[in-house]
Amino acid sequence: MTTWAQRRKRAYPGKAIGKAALYAALIGLSCVALLPFLWMLSSSLKLDNEVFQYPMRWTPKTFHWDNYLLIWQRVPLTTYFRNTAIVAVAVTFAQILSSSFAAYAFAKMRFKGRDALFMAYIATIAVPWQVYMVPQFIMMRRMGLYDTLWALIVLQSFSAFGVFLMRQFYLGIPNDLNEAARIDGLSEYGVWARIILPLAAPAIAALVIFTFVNTWNDYMGPLIYLTKDQNKTIQVGLRRFIQQYTSDYHLIMAASLVSLLPVGAVFLFLQRYFIEGIATTGIKG
Amino acid sequence: MLNATGLGGNANRRYRAGKLEKRNTLIAYTFLAPNFIGFFIFTLIPVAFSIALAFLNWNGGALNTITFAGLENFATLLKRFNFTRNELGVTLKNTAFFTLFTVPLSIACALLLALALNRAVCGAKVFRTIFFFPYIASLVAVCVCWSFMLMKLGPVNQMLELVGISVGKSWTQSREYAIWALIIVSVWRNAGYYMVMYLAGLQGVPAELYEAATVDGANGWHKFWKVTFPMLTPTTFFVSIMMTIYCFKIFDVVQIMTEGGPGRSTKMLVNYIYQLAFIDIKYGQASAVAMALFAIVLIITLAQFRIEKKWVNYM
Repeated sequence: MTTWAQRRKRAYPGKAIGKAALYAALIGLSCVALLPFLWMLSSSLKLDNEVFQYPMRWTPKTFHWDNYLLIWQRVPLTTYFRNTAIVAVAVTFAQILSSSFAAYAFAKMRFKGRDALFMAYIATIAVPWQVYMVPQFIMMRRMGLYDTLWALIVLQSFSAFGVFLMRQFYLGIPNDLNEAARIDGLSEYGVWARIILPLAAPAIAALVIFTFVNTWNDYMGPLIYLTKDQNKTIQVGLRRFIQQYTSDYHLIMAASLVSLLPVGAVFLFLQRYFIEGIATTGIKG
Repeated sequence: MLNATGLGGNANRRYRAGKLEKRNTLIAYTFLAPNFIGFFIFTLIPVAFSIALAFLNWNGGALNTITFAGLENFATLLKRFNFTRNELGVTLKNTAFFTLFTVPLSIACALLLALALNRAVCGAKVFRTIFFFPYIASLVAVCVCWSFMLMKLGPVNQMLELVGISVGKSWTQSREYAIWALIIVSVWRNAGYYMVMYLAGLQGVPAELYEAATVDGANGWHKFWKVTFPMLTPTTFFVSIMMTIYCFKIFDVVQIMTEGGPGRSTKMLVNYIYQLAFIDIKYGQASAVAMALFAIVLIITLAQFRIEKKWVNYM
């Protein structure tokens, strides 16, 4: 018969090795996940002819911080950032407002045709945007929205996904609450504004990040709709920079790194809601 | 008398209820209107229009230049259909190849990350953030960075050389490696995203099952294949649908890294739609290809829902 102490002693080395292997694996995987970012950072501080040196060095000989000043002079990065920020903020705001409003009708009210209408919303989530982007483009051009930021704003402000996400969350809020509020004399708008909306804060946070990140990183929309340089967003602007200065690897990497910062900051601050949002809805915009 | 008042009251109530319902419906419509008007104009109409467009001839000119094409657009695309020369055939083959490797590899990586994170105690949140970060990082930045890293003298080839594998060319400019560059970037980007879903799935596996397996003398390997993996089938099922659809819609990674080249070796369905619509300005043909994409996505969704009933273990 073995005593507890003996058993613990015997089990211990194996467990320790297992733990060490686990952490080694996690650190290894982290390196793979972060590899491009580290390489980006390292290359952005080099001279162009040092980037593809053989054998490669992870730390530059001298740190060329001035690369980060040069990029602002070469391309209108400020304009690109401003345009992206306008679109991202406008879309996020419109999306939150319109979908939290519509979701209230779907989740907390009864009216004729509710379920059929909701099915139409759900069904269009399943239709890839690439299927109807061509007729949408034709329509937008007829409306005179081609090559304006408005095109991108209206394109993404009324997504069915936002309505779906908010509705799912509202369904989890007990009906007793809104019924009690109605009896107390609040109008439907009052119930929405004072009862439901404050309780839906986590869903709103998730939707804010989903929308902001998606809009910031959107590539195909701006590629199709924007042609004038002064209208470009950061993604297509960065792409133009790359095509123009093909071999200025160090500057391209510096501009790339700068383009990551805003969305990275938003993510780090609000990531809890983002990850919870994915885990509960499982769908991206 | 009593009876009559009872009836009258009832009818009155019914009348009032009907009025209330009407008022309620009106209020509901005001809630819906801001979203629905935008959704109707910018999504529902284009969706309906896209079906019609596939049967029309239109090269972007005035509205009176539109002619009815019948099945002509489809016939043009399918003329001499094969997987080596025909444009649609080639893009279908490329997209299928890309999907065939990206989906299982992403699932395997996502599951591996989730299993490792599920066991770690310290720093789990930090690791989770690190693994997730590629997914939200700006697409153009990471794609460009990866194509540089996969260049002839880039770090990837140099590291591979250390373990005795010599590639000797830039991945994105080589017919055989270009599609693998796209697969690597897609797996790298998406693994962290699907990891989050697997982590949620792992939370739902009851601890009693592991205890029972331990009593029965199962080792870690057995526990994974007999408990963890079967219990995760709903997640795996869901992730595989989402991944497959994502892969068939792939565009931006390709456009940034290879532009469909070299030759047509990495040209995907959506790149073909983009080219037909916005470079060749053949709206009808572009919409015909878009219909093919839609049909594929629809078939995958429906087929997987069928399979779900037989395969998924919901307990």
